[in-house]
Amino acid sequence: MAEKQKRLLQGNGACVQGALYAGMRFFAGYPITPSTEVAEGSARELPRIGGRFIQMEDELASMAAVIGASVAGMKSMTATSGPGYSLMQENIGYAYITETPCVVVNVQRGGPSTGLPTKVSQSDTMQARYGPHGDYTAIAVAPSTVADTFSETVRAFNLSERFRTPVTVLLDEVIAHSREIITIPEKGEIELIERVKATVPPEKFVPFEMTPNKVSPMAAYGEGYRFHVTGLTHDPMGFSTNEAKEIGPKLNKLRDKIMNYTAEIEKLRIEMMDEAEIAFVSYGSVSRASLQAASLARSAGIKVGCVQFCTVWPFPDDTLKEVLSGCRKVIVGELNMGQIVHEIRRILPDDVEVHSVLRYDGEIITPMQLLEKLEEVL
Amino acid sequence: MATAEKQKSDVVLKYLRPKKKFPSVWCPGCGNGIVMGAFLRAIDKLGYDKDNVAVVSGIGCSSRLPIYLDFHTLHTTHGRALPFATGVKFARPGMKVIVITGDGDALAIGGNHFIHACRRNIDITAILINNYIYGMTGGQGSPTTPSAAISTTTPYGNAEKHFDPCDLAIGAGASFVARATVYHTPQMERLIGEALEHRGFSLVEVISNCHTYFGRLNRQGDPVAMIKAFKDNAVAKARAEKMTAEELKGKFVIGGLYRSDKTEFCDEYQKVVDAHLVK
Repeated sequence: MAEKQKRLLQGNGACVQGALYAGMRFFAGYPITPSTEVAEGSARELPRIGGRFIQMEDELASMAAVIGASVAGMKSMTATSGPGYSLMQENIGYAYITETPCVVVNVQRGGPSTGLPTKVSQSDTMQARYGPHGDYTAIAVAPSTVADTFSETVRAFNLSERFRTPVTVLLDEVIAHSREIITIPEKGEIELIERVKATVPPEKFVPFEMTPNKVSPMAAYGEGYRFHVTGLTHDPMGFSTNEAKEIGPKLNKLRDKIMNYTAEIEKLRIEMMDEAEIAFVSYGSVSRASLQAASLARSAGIKVGCVQFCTVWPFPDDTLKEVLSGCRKVIVGELNMGQIVHEIRRILPDDVEVHSVLRYDGEIITPMQLLEKLEEVL
Repeated sequence: MATAEKQKSDVVLKYLRPKKKFPSVWCPGCGNGIVMGAFLRAIDKLGYDKDNVAVVSGIGCSSRLPIYLDFHTLHTTHGRALPFATGVKFARPGMKVIVITGDGDALAIGGNHFIHACRRNIDITAILINNYIYGMTGGQGSPTTPSAAISTTTPYGNAEKHFDPCDLAIGAGASFVARATVYHTPQMERLIGEALEHRGFSLVEVISNCHTYFGRLNRQGDPVAMIKAFKDNAVAKARAEKMTAEELKGKFVIGGLYRSDKTEFCDEYQKVVDAHLVK
């Protein structure tokens, strides 16, 4: 790799670079700490490549503009943090039901409400799954390093285009504001996925067609296909329906197009799990502490491993069960009052002990804290 | 049917979706259909390519209008039509983007988006059908419900003041502002046409009848009586300028109210792109 491809970047900067690499051409956002650098970077970079940046009047509008631009054919993204993420839920729900690809970056900070604008948190883990009202299936990815932030942002765009759905990048304040050297991949080094485009004659176009994989080919406004998009529950032609026989299939489509293809979405980082009897399980910035704690424990002769979720949603039930099958104890670290731990408890047999290390005072979980818990449960 | 009327309806039929089931959701006698007809005749006169027209709306009776039209149509969330339309327009600046909205949609839940779309002067035409009430949810008070008027949420008379959408748009920076009524349809058609051809944010407020709720609750009679009242109370701008405030009481001014040639947002952004594009 050429030396010039190495860059010293913040997580937020790597997010912008990853988005540009993935083909982002439209960004709409509203300033909020600790995500603002994503908007600033997009404002700087997008006009230089003929893209578009717009600062909207609030997060409701930002999410709306992102969807509008995606319907018009552009790969689009917004970035925000807790309070803004709450405001975006309305139109994220619209993106779910209208099956509009887009990427939403949520740089998590402490809450509820205005909470802790400059302090780290992972308390939006469940909001990324169940944020908008109604039934749907969510995809969320979570980086743990600056380099990860680049590649996970690319992956978020790929997943959103592949599945015609909004994808959340669950960053946290620590990664967003850490500076690390990353190597920007060459063009073509990471495969880019584009939405499947409509190829049938316009009069045969069914915008929400029930295809075998439940993802309907998409047309952009202005490409000769005139179609209707609505947030009302709709039939395959896109027109609202109150018919039970049409409502069920539409909602099943939102679920099945994702849940039938979880192998394409799941991503776990598994370290030191050979013969591991105890596992640290975490995601995001906590995974850095987990990794160090596990390697310290290993050097002390304790059989500890490390499992990190790179995809948080959909939750990798079966894969995780398999990965943790040799463990009698699991220690889950997260920066909240206990969210992902309930998913882990749900999938593991009753005789596996599940322990939590929780922190929600704005500070990080340290390797020492995890080791203290390890000592306690040994 | 008289020949002229037949020609009119043929024009409208050209732009209705062939597969969309009618009847519409609107009550018989609703003004929304009159606005739809005027809008389509204006589009036809301008000869726009259907593929180059996007019609965006929010939630409410008027926001159902795009569903029937053979354009690109985006029926969005309550109050958010303008930011969705902003995304479409900014991504495809060559496209004609029209927002159909109502008084509750544009001025209450979407009030912030409304003033900022005006401020940006983005090239979108907003047609705001003002019937002074929330129709779809059954007759609640809106930001244009007049003081003392009855609605289901102001059962003893509205204690609030109302917005004048045109004044609000002019104050917020819109560069074309006009008002019409569902009685003055040739004028409405002409004003919508002018708004569509204007580069910048344009607002056409159309005063319309909700006899089902506003009319019934305020004893204003059937659609014909309500529309006749629009005829009686509308004052052309030129005439209004010669009238006193006392004479204008209870009346409203119709016609082109404001126009300026300030720069448009997408054009200005394109200048930024042209200056900074890395070739």
